[in-house]
Amino acid sequence: MDTDRLFNKSNPFAAIPAWSWIIGLLLILYPSFASDFFTYQIGAYSLLLGTVALSLMMLAGYGGMVSLAQLTVAGLAGYLMAILGDNSVGVMGLGWPWWLAVIVSVFAAAIFSAFIGAISVRTEGIYTIMITLAIAVAFFYFVRQNYTLFNGFTGFAGVEPPTLFGIYWRDPVPFYYLSLAVATGFVGAVLNASRSTFGLSLMAIRDNPRRMRALGYNVAAHRIAAYFMSGIIAGTAGVLLVWFNGRISPGTVGVDVVIDILVIAVVGGLRHPIGPFLGAIAFVLLENFAIDLIDRERFNTVIGLAFLLVVIFSPDGILGLWKRLRPKLRLGKSVPSAAAGTTPTDSHVSESVKEV
Amino acid sequence: MKQFIERHTFWAVMIMIAVIVFAWALFAVWPEWLIDAIGRKKTFVNTLFNGITLGGLYFIVASGFTLVFGLMRNVNLAHGSMYLLGGYIGYEVAEASGSWFLGLIVAFLAIAITGVLLQVLVFRRMEGDDLRQTLITIGISIIAADLMLAVWTGTTYQFDPPEWLYGAVNLPIISVIKSSGDAVYIKYPMYRLSVLVVAIAVGIALWLFLNRTRIGMMIRAGVNDREMLSASGVNVQLVFALVFGIGAGLAGFAGVIGGTALSIAPGEDVRYLLASLIVVIVGGLGSVPGAAIGALLIGLAEQFGLAYFPTYGVVLTFIIMVVVLAVRPQGIMGGR
Repeated sequence: MDTDRLFNKSNPFAAIPAWSWIIGLLLILYPSFASDFFTYQIGAYSLLLGTVALSLMMLAGYGGMVSLAQLTVAGLAGYLMAILGDNSVGVMGLGWPWWLAVIVSVFAAAIFSAFIGAISVRTEGIYTIMITLAIAVAFFYFVRQNYTLFNGFTGFAGVEPPTLFGIYWRDPVPFYYLSLAVATGFVGAVLNASRSTFGLSLMAIRDNPRRMRALGYNVAAHRIAAYFMSGIIAGTAGVLLVWFNGRISPGTVGVDVVIDILVIAVVGGLRHPIGPFLGAIAFVLLENFAIDLIDRERFNTVIGLAFLLVVIFSPDGILGLWKRLRPKLRLGKSVPSAAAGTTPTDSHVSESVKEV
Repeated sequence: MKQFIERHTFWAVMIMIAVIVFAWALFAVWPEWLIDAIGRKKTFVNTLFNGITLGGLYFIVASGFTLVFGLMRNVNLAHGSMYLLGGYIGYEVAEASGSWFLGLIVAFLAIAITGVLLQVLVFRRMEGDDLRQTLITIGISIIAADLMLAVWTGTTYQFDPPEWLYGAVNLPIISVIKSSGDAVYIKYPMYRLSVLVVAIAVGIALWLFLNRTRIGMMIRAGVNDREMLSASGVNVQLVFALVFGIGAGLAGFAGVIGGTALSIAPGEDVRYLLASLIVVIVGGLGSVPGAAIGALLIGLAEQFGLAYFPTYGVVLTFIIMVVVLAVRPQGIMGGR
């Protein structure tokens, strides 16, 4: 009876392939063999950047909407944490309890994201990039010149995570697990959503909006809902990012950082929620250790070149590279290359289509 | 004109009233109550002219951007970098040769050649793949910004324009009348006025080029239907390279003009990219007259925002963009 339950097809865990259990175990054990620096500055930071990029991947990969304003959404949540909660600058800082500040910040970020969606949703493709980029840059200039709300150029400092259950959550190990839990939760949620009716209609809208409109789907509503969900992801990551840094300033939401998120998502791959995290790890490692290879000042050139190479030679990013290499590595075995070539998202799609 | 008045009498009357009020505000000496309400007339007139000249500068930058998009559906997000690079190159040449005009010409040519090379070497290879082209321009702008920082460092550069462009001119607008009865005229920098003249000249030249020459005819045909143009025996790739060259060259040209009016420093690339983006979103992608209207609107909004509500200035620009997108998603002059 019980075993039947366990191996039932409807069990969500049955869909998780074996290799992800191994990766999960490694991620959980990671702090036990990594130093504090690697746990916090590399591990947790990659997870946070990856989560922001995940919100972009969800929009771009499933919805076909490349939004450059995801970091701006995260930044708004971070700013709200400093404004609603406590900060050490003496501007704003309304002193709300942390849980209320978190809920309001994330929700406001999601609303802001839905608003961005509502603005850009009536236009298509390339316009989305332009409008969201314009919003991101405008937000940057706005927080820089506004002193009453956002404390202008200096921004806020001293934004502390709460001490809960006797644990100070900015200590490397607890913070790493917090980020890991949030990241895993959102990856699971995005994967689940991609198999839901909503996710399938979103992908269908990406592939052919006119046909979906003709079939009676509300294309705009689907897209705005997707923006809202991605806003929740980005907003949560923004709250964690401001806890991670302890401060937030216009530089945090600057154009270069906005574009870094796009670089991370594209380099990692937009076809599967794991992609952004691969991209984030590569980015953070490069950011920290590129000094050994080249002049620290020229870091952006390296990042830009890596991005260009990926866009030119492997449009699906690191994931795409892996997909392309895998059949070659297995040449000895008689694996049909077509089956190995399908991406996880594709197989999920076909699975769910069968279920429907 | 007559038809418009007959059809939309209400709007015609409203526009006429607005024009009269505006002309009065511009030329009359302001009464006390108005000064109490919105400040001195000098501020208003200066802001107005700053807005118009800034709009002129934005037009030069954005017209290249919109021209390239109109024909090739290529959103060149490296346009801001081209502006900045044009400014730096112009500065170097002007310093070395002592001639500001040579700097202007070399900046135009150098950036135009860069644009042609980009089109021939990169974009031609991925025609029709809008998203990838856009991503590539983002990559180029990251690298360009970093390399320019390496070469020219973070210093702010100031141009040295020719003598006769210095100084201020009296506008035929009276600011206040002194107790002695003398009228005080408002002064305005000569150089800024010439920016406006250059912008208008560029606009007229572009219009003549697009509407009165054979190549312009090909470009307009290409905007409407690329395949048909190439089917009728035109070497489309040549036209593309030419347009990309002109569009990029205009950015470099604007780099010197704008760099002289303000200054050249890292970060300006993003500022002018944002300006071009908003101008073409508001005016309509691919339309040169749209770019002129959008540039004027955004220039005015930015300067009035800066003068009258300093910490919320950007919001005004943003609101214009949102309202236009809500009412006309394709932009004021946008087709389709």
